[in-house]
Amino acid sequence: MSGPVGTTAPAILVRDLRKAYGEHEAVRGLDFEVAPGEVFGLLGPNGAGKTTTVEILEGYRARTGGIVSVLGHDPGRRPRDLRARVGIVLQSTGMYRHITPREALQHFAGVYPRSRDVEEVIAITGLAEKADAQARTLSGGQQRRLDLALALVGDPELIFLDEPTTGFDPAARRNAWEVIRSLVALGKTILLTTHYLDEAQALCDRVAIIKDGRILAEGPPGELGAAATRYRVAWRDEHGQLQLREAEDPTALLHQLTSAALARGEPLRDLSVTRPSLEDVYLELTAEESEEALHG
Amino acid sequence: MADGAALAYRQWRLERRMFWRNPSAAFFSFLLPLLFLFLFGAIFSDNQDNLNVIVPGIAGMSVMSTTFSALAMNMTFLRESGVLKRIHGTPLPATSYLGGVTANAVTNAFIQLAIVVLAGRLFFGIGWPKNWVDLVVFGAAGVATLAALGVAWSHVIPNFDAAPAYTNIVFLPAIFISGVFYDVDNAPQFLRDIAEVLPLTHVINGLSAALVTGKSLADMAGDLAVIVVWGIIGAFFAVRGFSWESRRS
Repeated sequence: MSGPVGTTAPAILVRDLRKAYGEHEAVRGLDFEVAPGEVFGLLGPNGAGKTTTVEILEGYRARTGGIVSVLGHDPGRRPRDLRARVGIVLQSTGMYRHITPREALQHFAGVYPRSRDVEEVIAITGLAEKADAQARTLSGGQQRRLDLALALVGDPELIFLDEPTTGFDPAARRNAWEVIRSLVALGKTILLTTHYLDEAQALCDRVAIIKDGRILAEGPPGELGAAATRYRVAWRDEHGQLQLREAEDPTALLHQLTSAALARGEPLRDLSVTRPSLEDVYLELTAEESEEALHG
Repeated sequence: MADGAALAYRQWRLERRMFWRNPSAAFFSFLLPLLFLFLFGAIFSDNQDNLNVIVPGIAGMSVMSTTFSALAMNMTFLRESGVLKRIHGTPLPATSYLGGVTANAVTNAFIQLAIVVLAGRLFFGIGWPKNWVDLVVFGAAGVATLAALGVAWSHVIPNFDAAPAYTNIVFLPAIFISGVFYDVDNAPQFLRDIAEVLPLTHVINGLSAALVTGKSLADMAGDLAVIVVWGIIGAFFAVRGFSWESRRS
């Protein structure tokens, strides 16, 4: 990629990406870019097209239309140089049963032109305890860590994580997040898919909310909430009923509420003023879209 | 290219290591034919004519079980469990990977052939092979053809639970019809006609020439031709239908 001096070529560039399976359009014109060193999240419900998108970028699936560039290559051509620079954690994948994690890592390390130290990868992913046990004896979480370790052993620049923590207990999830943050610290670019909002919020620099193969919103997780400019004001009225109002500017409403309460000489109970969280935005967007689909 | 060969060698070494750790694979593709050899050898121990049929027959069966059956089941397992998909995402070239996997099956086939040849010499009065050229040529052709057919057949198998049934529905009739346990010439005509088409029959014919009769390769050219045709068909479908991932997804 020869760009003008001072600009960095995106690690991933997607323009009007489309994928149809027969009549069914799984991906309907996606556009996004991921900068080097960035953590980008595709967030959406099951069946939104996240995995299809990621598998096109990984080179597993052919796209129906659009332009895709991963580290300057077209992944559809599956160049070996690209595969050497990318680490993949698939949503579900198997492993040889009669091999230990250490042997597996040593074997796969030999497949890459420059690999990371196997012991270091074992330490990063917390596999030390099970490094010499046969893979079939690993628990689900341990197998997932082995998946991650195998994706790291080639020292990739770009790592794809397709639902990396689905099925984890909360503690295991926090551990996985720590591992992913340590990859960020190493300067890796990460594209992850998730249907957990807290995961997107905790890890991603930017998030695209995707549903029915389209991006509904995109931006840093904090700003996605703020972008929806409405405030949500909740309080308990004089009859003890919980009230909820949304307002672009809550100043007037708050003034009314507080004046009325002062006039009555009562406290304004359970007052809260919140801006919508990523979760609210997500639920709102995905719900609206469903209604549209129903009426359309 | 040298890199590709080195990677294939690494893959082969890994496959060898894993093979012996998987007791059921080691048993079915390795010990079972040897068990058959010694059982039938014991039953026919007083009849050299029968032994002359059984030993090359078991040699052919060994080639089929270590290549066709083992690859049909392994490739299905690797595909359905996602190992193939994982490997497809690494820079390991497909040719190196499949070369290593096939070389592992071929190694087993040659170890088996060596054991059967040795047992023929030591226990079954066959002597050393009469025609080493036949042994090498038919051993190699049989291994290559049955390996290709095994990979091709794995594309037909829908999931791993079905793999043993799909494999044995080919393997078991093949070993009976192709004359592992009896001389095909004594079978009824319709069975002889079927046998004439099957590749294993001709592998066994070739091994019989190598181990027992010592017929020249020129005499066996017809058998070799049938094996080669099957090999081409097998290789075509092995490559054409190849899938790196489960079709359910």
